[in-house]
Amino acid sequence: MTASIVKFYQTGTHTVGNRLLDPSQRSVQADMRRTNSLNSGHRACQGCGEALGARYAIDAAMMATDNQLIAANATGCLEVFSTPYPETSWQIPWIHSLFGNTAAVATGIAAALRVKGRQDVRVVAQGGDGGTTDIGFGCLSGMFERNDDVLYICYDNEAYMNTGVQRSSATPGAARTATTPAVGTEPGNVFGQGKNLPLIAMAHEIPYVATAIVSELRDLEAKVKRAMEIRGARYIHVFVPCPLGWGTNSWDTIRIARLAKETGIFPVIEAEHGELTGVSKIRRQLPVEDYLKPQKRFAHLFAPVLNTAAIDRIQALADRNIRRFGLIDATTGMGD
Amino acid sequence: MLKQCEGSHAVAATVALCRPEVICAYPISPQTHIVEGLSEMVRDGTLQGCEFINVESEFAAMSVAIGASATGARSYTATASQGLLFMAEAVWNASGLGLPIVMTLANRAIGAPINIWNDHTDAMSMRDAGWLQLFAENNQEAADLHIQAFRLAEEISLPIMVCMDGFILTHAYEQVDIPTQEQVDAYLPPYEPRQVLDPREPVSIGAMVGPEAFTEVRYLAHARQMQALDLIPQLATEFRQQFGRDSGGLIRTYCTDDAVTIVVALGSVLGTIKDTVDDLREAGHKIGVLGITSFRPFPTNAIRHATRNAHRVVVVEKCFAVGVGGIVSRDVRTAMRDRPQRLYGVVAGLGGRAITKSSLHGLLLKAMDDELEQLTFLDLDWNAVNRELERERQTRRSGPIAENLLRDLGVVAAGAV
Repeated sequence: MTASIVKFYQTGTHTVGNRLLDPSQRSVQADMRRTNSLNSGHRACQGCGEALGARYAIDAAMMATDNQLIAANATGCLEVFSTPYPETSWQIPWIHSLFGNTAAVATGIAAALRVKGRQDVRVVAQGGDGGTTDIGFGCLSGMFERNDDVLYICYDNEAYMNTGVQRSSATPGAARTATTPAVGTEPGNVFGQGKNLPLIAMAHEIPYVATAIVSELRDLEAKVKRAMEIRGARYIHVFVPCPLGWGTNSWDTIRIARLAKETGIFPVIEAEHGELTGVSKIRRQLPVEDYLKPQKRFAHLFAPVLNTAAIDRIQALADRNIRRFGLIDATTGMGD
Repeated sequence: MLKQCEGSHAVAATVALCRPEVICAYPISPQTHIVEGLSEMVRDGTLQGCEFINVESEFAAMSVAIGASATGARSYTATASQGLLFMAEAVWNASGLGLPIVMTLANRAIGAPINIWNDHTDAMSMRDAGWLQLFAENNQEAADLHIQAFRLAEEISLPIMVCMDGFILTHAYEQVDIPTQEQVDAYLPPYEPRQVLDPREPVSIGAMVGPEAFTEVRYLAHARQMQALDLIPQLATEFRQQFGRDSGGLIRTYCTDDAVTIVVALGSVLGTIKDTVDDLREAGHKIGVLGITSFRPFPTNAIRHATRNAHRVVVVEKCFAVGVGGIVSRDVRTAMRDRPQRLYGVVAGLGGRAITKSSLHGLLLKAMDDELEQLTFLDLDWNAVNRELERERQTRRSGPIAENLLRDLGVVAAGAV
């Protein structure tokens, strides 16, 4: 009988299997008491990063609050795929009001709970990047400024996916969307100044800001748990690949998210009261081409001719992230 | 207790007696004094068990009210004019979700040209938004309507706008009877929501509804407004029993029993109209007044009944639908259908222009001789209008209309010719 090699990590992931961990360290999703807050049967696309992120985030928030949670939801994919009447996938008290007012609705919920002496019940607001960085930005900034007791979670898939993949202020330069087509002398989205909402949230000096990616779900769970330990305005920005909008394979959602982190495209960080308190180091830095190539929204950068200028520009942005947030350990040139 | 006070402060004091639990405020004239008054009462402890939230826009104000109301809190805000337009999407959402929010609307014109003075254009812009709209004639009624509004809104799970004329009422000092807390408590029970966000009983509010049920959801909102047509008079009767005065109701008539001519209007202008009618009555004219308190739901049957013996109806309204004409008059016409009565629409008091007794007197004399046009703009300066039209004929780049008119009228200095 040949002995089989024990693998502590899933291939290529550096993620240790749950069964090898002490029960106290296991993920919420691996726990029998998980609430399936966003239950099965919803209508998200195959490989939807947002559905995955929302499921982990809300279940973690439920666990952290002893299931005393109310959620407000912006208009968008998450709202549409989870609630076509008469079905709802939500196992928690949940309200959808409008596209641009979710943070304010959450403020109202928190105020009502405070006045009713139900401060054991906590409030989460959630929306996509359009509902957060564009149309809901005013209400979100107001909620931050007042330091209302709300955790706002943005599921960032970098465009208006629900309406058919139009550009948002979170769409990266060069990306093809329905309103930034890959035609003309500068195909895809223009390189603007960007709108880095985690940094904008930090500028409000709110108690807690974090970013997360769906390839590191344990980290997402931990950040939601940490957020629920704090009172006041909190913000978590989750990077969620969208197979439909990005032109990626539905089985590559996790891989794409991981590549976003390992290239420095998306820094995974944590901050309290406006000061950076933690970064998730890059383990093995990869060139941005590795991240861009599998995505049809960037296909025009590689064919019919290689657009070196645009790729260099994206690489420069990734390099800047690495420098700015210290994503690579300076002594070893490697992450953790 | 009788108190000499500003209309806004009377409303603030009365709203406080209604025990609101969440108040959200964003400043816009002429409603600011109301929320300022409430803010002070929350701060100094007069109004307890209430969260006062200063938000960053009217859109947020209504949205906070939506969240709070859906969580079972009695919620209140106030706005006017551009503020109502800025929150428009949330205004429709509140009624669509069936949330009994009460909002004071200090009626003000809508720009451009920017104008802070009173008319009813703001309320009319939201007349189809699914809210009930109650119009106050004076400050006593403005205060009283809020007590009735909370009761009514919560009974039928729909939001209510209490409309009071900006400046004319909000900033006018008159005697107002502010009721006692015991009186209000006896009339207005605590809020028992039909739907509430509560982890003990999780529900989804605001789910997507397709063609299979959308019509039914909308119809039910209509049915509840129709139900309010019965409830509003009942609540006014109960109000009289509890507070000893008439306030609210669907419509209010004055000298209509034998009236051949009936003047219809909303809000504070009813006082001037009644004074004018008194003079005309003294001169032997059979003329009366019908004030509409509940504009939404529209009391079609009550108006139809009250105008059944009149030969003509004159609707004086502080608003109009550009490109069509009167707004209130079209609804009144529906109430008078199949009857050979004349109906005259009069647009008056736009952007705060005073509606004077002498103008009304002349207007109504003409109306009683059936010499009015179908649509009349009271006190319109035809000369100024015609001069501007001439300028536009003369030169392509005739310039901004508002500025041209101000220069023409000598309100601003004439520039280079």
